[in-house]
Amino acid sequence: MAQLTMREALNQALKEEMTRDPNVFILGEEVGAYQGAYKITQGLLAQFGEWRVRDTPIAEEAMMMTFNFSLLALDMIVNHAAKYRYMSGGQIRCPMVMRGPSGAATQVAAQHSQGFESWYAHIPGLVVVMPSTPKDAKGLLKSAIRDDNPVIFMENEILYNLKGEVPEEEFHIPLGLGDIKRAGKDVTLVAWSRSVITSLAAAKTLADEGVEAEVVDPRTLRPLDEDIIFESVRKTGRCVVVEEGWRYAGFGSEIADRVQRECFDSLDAPVLRVTAADVPMPYAKTLEKAYLPQPERIVEAAHQVLYRS
Amino acid sequence: MREPAPHNHPHGNALTLPQAKRYKPLSDTRTESGTMDRNQALALYRQMLLIRRFEERCAQLYVEGKIGGFLHLYIGQEAVGVGAISQTRADDYLIAYYRDHGYALARGADPRLLLAELCGKFTGISRGKGGSMHFYDIPAGNFGGDGIVGGHLPLAAGIGYGIRMRGTDQVCLCFFGDGAVNEGAFHETLNVSALWDLPVVYIIENNRYGMGTSIDRASSVKDLYQRASAYGVPRREVNGMDIVAVRSALGEAIDRARKEKRPTLIEAETYRYRGHSMSDPGKYRTKEEVESMMKSDPILLFGRRLMEQERFTQADLDAIDKDVLAQMEDAVTFTEQSPDPPVESLYEDVYVRSPYIHMKAAEKDPAWRAAIREDRVPASLPPWKPAAPPPAAPAAQPAEATASAGKAK
Ligand SMILES: Cc1ncc(C[n+]2csc(CCOP(=O)(O)OP(=O)(O)O)c2C)c(N)n1
Ligand SMILES: [Mg+2]
Repeated sequence: MAQLTMREALNQALKEEMTRDPNVFILGEEVGAYQGAYKITQGLLAQFGEWRVRDTPIAEEAMMMTFNFSLLALDMIVNHAAKYRYMSGGQIRCPMVMRGPSGAATQVAAQHSQGFESWYAHIPGLVVVMPSTPKDAKGLLKSAIRDDNPVIFMENEILYNLKGEVPEEEFHIPLGLGDIKRAGKDVTLVAWSRSVITSLAAAKTLADEGVEAEVVDPRTLRPLDEDIIFESVRKTGRCVVVEEGWRYAGFGSEIADRVQRECFDSLDAPVLRVTAADVPMPYAKTLEKAYLPQPERIVEAAHQVLYRS
Repeated sequence: MREPAPHNHPHGNALTLPQAKRYKPLSDTRTESGTMDRNQALALYRQMLLIRRFEERCAQLYVEGKIGGFLHLYIGQEAVGVGAISQTRADDYLIAYYRDHGYALARGADPRLLLAELCGKFTGISRGKGGSMHFYDIPAGNFGGDGIVGGHLPLAAGIGYGIRMRGTDQVCLCFFGDGAVNEGAFHETLNVSALWDLPVVYIIENNRYGMGTSIDRASSVKDLYQRASAYGVPRREVNGMDIVAVRSALGEAIDRARKEKRPTLIEAETYRYRGHSMSDPGKYRTKEEVESMMKSDPILLFGRRLMEQERFTQADLDAIDKDVLAQMEDAVTFTEQSPDPPVESLYEDVYVRSPYIHMKAAEKDPAWRAAIREDRVPASLPPWKPAAPPPAAPAAQPAEATASAGKAK
């Protein structure tokens, strides 16, 4: 196993898939000569040439840089990519990956720091992926590229420098397969992307108190590996969903809905959610901290479902 | 010439594209009477008439409640689609907007499958999932009708990009209305098409109105084709009621796309006789205006020309009409006998089955469960046998412009 950053892992996935399949190409702002706004596409232009690594103008009805700006392309994604197959009665495929940073960044305020996973997960026809480790990022991006459905692949810019073990041999991770990031028997924490890191920190605090939290990372929001969540909740009887998106109509309520329906008999407490505050992202550090789920808030929610004070 | 990349450009060697050219605008709006094969001329006449009769029948079926939703008729505009598509090769592509019946027919789709689609039948070309605005016919290179004004323009550029990546000499035609030129997507698309030398011909069907808003009230520049000059795209306007002129303009543009890989913007001046859709009473224009436009009916004009210049007779044209009407009735019968889509098909065609999806998660989701079939090729039927073509040219006879086709209904 190699120790790689998520940035390196994503770069490897792109390079390997472009080598494997000459039909794979990249369109985007600053992906070529600039080597990627976040350096994910480093070296690809030199290796694959301009028709396969194409710097685009800031023409964002059809392309984008980060998911903050994907709103301009919503019509292309929602009304076109997600629907052409259906409207054509199965004649058309849209083998496309929209990838880039999403979710909260650091002190860039409301327009540059927000998570839209709940929006995209709402749309039939899309696949939505949100990796939390370098290994997951590589394995899932390779599947996303090979898959013939339109995939929304949301990275997290704060995780780009996160290091982790990545297998050296060829591998991919199926879309829709969840992963247990930490095993435990007392409470289930469901989290994806950076919330996994926050939840693992909370689990550490809980462990010091003798509470073993299980951290379940679905990795893909659509399709959802609900079994891995149900199995965990049936074991622990308690569930907290952690997300960086807004609470109101957020994806966590989808999970809470499924858990209450399928695990009703196992639940010892209501499903709780730890989310971002229902306000636009503020700039000031103190407010930003208050906006985002923090380990303390997860610990607090775990205490609540465990009826500990 | 654009400035060449500076020699110290870090990836100068990787830039394999030729430098973009600076385009010169085309001079004028010539309408040439190109020569045409006599049988081909008759085939074009037949196609326009088939579209006209198809849509007249659709209007009836709509009133009878057999067709639902929006029904945007192309009546009056037939020469644009038929003329343009007649200049394409079998392996070329087209993508269009929701007023799309004519393109599918001109590209050879079976009217039975199209009518079945309009009536929401399972035998429809999009299996009853698309309706009037979504006639996709992928085996014919037809990427169908898009319901979002301007929404398919970026897709046309994408098709052009695909052609360039594969290095073939195919071409893509992209049809849209005068309303779409005011959308942002139009501008982004023209820019990248010129920037990357994409072989796409963009055709504005300028029927003077976007729903009830005339171009005078919508566009700061009244000559819509002039908008191409902002992007250095070759441009041209053409009389869209004259199929010969349309063919000539498209011949030139397609040639440029095929050989030089350069886009063109064509403004075809045309007119829709009917309302925007079936529910539009058309209060924004006068009866006189509509009637005066109908005098230059594309089918009437071309029929007259066939008689004057190609020595066809009124009887020849009437025979075509009879045959086309019979073909329509056959399509109606086919549609009436076709089944409605089974409810199980509701969840089909959302996703492509894929070995990269975890099957246990997929099984929990009805749309994924249904994704068991590979891409579907639309049903094909034995072709309609048109009546035998008229025998060799009879002696020329003075022709009266009394073709029954194109008469105001
Ligand atoms: C993005 C979008 N906005 C609005 C509409 C509603 N709409 C449908 S057709 C139309 C008018 C378009 O006119 P034009 O482009 O001139 O085409 P025409 O119908 O005249 O052929 C409008 C506004 C739409 N379908 N999509
Ligand atoms: Mg119009």
